[in-house]
Amino acid sequence: MTPNPYLWLIPVLPLVGAAINGLFGKRFSRQTVSAIALGFSGAALVMALWIAAHFSSLTLPLVENLAPWIRAGDFQVDFAFYLDQLSLVMLLVVTGVGFLIHIYSVGYMWEEGGFYRFFSYLNLFMFFMLTLVLASNYLLMFIGWEGVGLASYLLIGFWFTKDSAASAGKKAFIVNRIGDFGFLIALFLMIKHFGSLNFEQMFRIVSGMPAETAGAGLLTAIGLLLMVGAAGKSAQLPLYVWLPDAMEGPTPVSALIHAATMVTAGVYMVVRSHVIFDRAPQALAVVAIVGTLTALFAATIGVCQTDIKKVLAYSTISQLGYMFMACGVAAYSAGIFHLMTHAFFKGLLFLAAGSVIHAVGGEQDMRRMGGLRHHIPWTFWTMTAATFAIAGFPPFAGFFSKDEILWRAYSSPYGSWVYWAIGVFTAFLTSFYMFRLWFLTFFGEYRGTAAAPGDDHMRVVSGSRAGAPAPHEHGHGGIHESPKIMLIPLLILAVLSICGGWVGSGRFDKFLTPALHAGVTAYSMENVGAATPAPEPKEQGGSETFLTGISVFAAVSGLFLAWLLYQRRPQLPQEIAHALGGFYQAVLHKYYVDELYAAVFVKPLIDGSTRILWHGIDRDVIDATLDNSAEGAREVSDAMRHMQSGNLRSYAGWIAAGAAVVIAYMIWMGTQ
Amino acid sequence: MVPLSYYLVLSGILFACGVTGFLIKRNIITIFMSIELMLNGVNLSFVAFAAQWHALSGQVFVFFVMVVAAAESAVGLAIIIAVYRTRETLNVDRVNLLKL
Repeated sequence: MTPNPYLWLIPVLPLVGAAINGLFGKRFSRQTVSAIALGFSGAALVMALWIAAHFSSLTLPLVENLAPWIRAGDFQVDFAFYLDQLSLVMLLVVTGVGFLIHIYSVGYMWEEGGFYRFFSYLNLFMFFMLTLVLASNYLLMFIGWEGVGLASYLLIGFWFTKDSAASAGKKAFIVNRIGDFGFLIALFLMIKHFGSLNFEQMFRIVSGMPAETAGAGLLTAIGLLLMVGAAGKSAQLPLYVWLPDAMEGPTPVSALIHAATMVTAGVYMVVRSHVIFDRAPQALAVVAIVGTLTALFAATIGVCQTDIKKVLAYSTISQLGYMFMACGVAAYSAGIFHLMTHAFFKGLLFLAAGSVIHAVGGEQDMRRMGGLRHHIPWTFWTMTAATFAIAGFPPFAGFFSKDEILWRAYSSPYGSWVYWAIGVFTAFLTSFYMFRLWFLTFFGEYRGTAAAPGDDHMRVVSGSRAGAPAPHEHGHGGIHESPKIMLIPLLILAVLSICGGWVGSGRFDKFLTPALHAGVTAYSMENVGAATPAPEPKEQGGSETFLTGISVFAAVSGLFLAWLLYQRRPQLPQEIAHALGGFYQAVLHKYYVDELYAAVFVKPLIDGSTRILWHGIDRDVIDATLDNSAEGAREVSDAMRHMQSGNLRSYAGWIAAGAAVVIAYMIWMGTQ
Repeated sequence: MVPLSYYLVLSGILFACGVTGFLIKRNIITIFMSIELMLNGVNLSFVAFAAQWHALSGQVFVFFVMVVAAAESAVGLAIIIAVYRTRETLNVDRVNLLKL
């Protein structure tokens, strides 16, 4: 007998925390609020760990049917949760990294107004994210999908009195809607053609279908629409524009939602739908191309950014591009592997960046940092681990996952050396901009002004309790290390960033195999055999080592170039920028994509809405109808008012005239 | 025999005179007399039709009208006297206390 894992409790626990803090948090002390938030998200983590510990004794995939939701004829959707190897990995990443970031937030947000609000949103996010990864059908997944979007919106706009934060929240929400539109249409197509949204049922039907190698068909359409949804949520070209702006939110939010978990939901969704993508090679190729281009595109922008969080934001987009590249060459396990290691090191990078920002009093511009390694050694060392991890130095976590992706991009039957080449070049850029950040922040001379006390990092909503004494006094004068409660998560994540990849992509792949090839083995082997030829590496052993060597070389040369430009010859970047002229300007302005979108989509929409919908229809038709009829009634009444003069004889006259008219009418009728 | 149309025309003329007098005169007593004129114009058409169709009901109606008119005159004249006593005028335009 398998133990009952009570899957439904995992998402519901954070929801309870969110409800308690959201409804009553205003009256609680900060300690109580933190205890509730940490307690419930920690309980979810404990449950996830318990499930992981008993994982071998569970029959997989495990479906827990909680309650029926929609029943219409044959179509049926339930509140049901689904656990397999893939969900387990996501579950551990979300609860684990989420819990660490909860701890960190207690320290980071301690002096901000709206403390309870922040934790309520954060727990709410955990609820939706866990619903997303545990859902057993696309509709429940969509609920989580929309819910994390909502939580993201609320948290980006957490400092809602700041105009830029409020509009960044709106931008994120609206751009995501475009992606969700694609996702929804994909769901409608599934309902229409498969009559079900349930993963197991759907994949059983789909695996009986032949691969659409000859021409694009239904599966390709569904795959592409799902990819539109994924591109919105995971900030891929061309819908990535919201993510850099989302950095307006508090830094822990950037770490949790916009680096470690929510933005990877698109990758998870694509991997979850692998049965569909396996049979739609064109859709798969689009995924790979979008991923590859995004990786390169975002990395080049990241090179020129000066805001520490913006660099990390573009880096996130770029790394997500890697994950889609992996999915696009049907190397799903490599994508999920990178998702996991990325959650560790990117979460850590953001948290460490938050710690840096905290240290220098709210300054985010790297040009006004420098030489911080002696002042904040813990932050420095943890961030160093993360930087080496993302740059792909062995034996840090990022090396294993990135190398696996690059290798599969080259060797997979869907792969191509073009993906590989762009991937390696992007790896070089990644290494370069990360070490640029590292050198600018921690080395050289301090260029800022934060020696003077400046403790209000962007505190806009200064709550009524802002004056309450902080229990841990850590002196807000000058550059200072963060409190322990912020450093402990950093340390744990640093250990994970270093060791997270040691599990090895081979073992990881083997672990995920049942979930990723379930559709293959269980349902119809013969069809799939033709659809997805087993990955045959084009060349063996030797070339893999050789390619690994090249990617390590790319990482090292990125480090060297960054050292040369920002350590050895700090005036050189200026000269290079000058020499590049227009191209540098274009990159600096993020290729003018925001401006392009503003000119092509936003402005026509606003103009059209203003001129046609507002002025043309609302004001000139709808309002005018009402106003004119009211005005007409008023004028007629104004004229008729004179009849009622109060003069008795004029009334009598009207009666006589009326009678005369009636008589005349009757006579006229009589003569007809 | 005098044709019906003669009576009706006379009745119409009497009624029109009554209406005109009611509308243009200011003296209450004159207005009162104009009303009587209208009533009698109608009475004339009643009796004319009664004679034409040899039906008694028209004549009975005329009696009723005359009785009501007599009662009305009694009440009306009493009111006019009361008005004259308080207002010292018979001009209907100046009896306007109820007007805003």
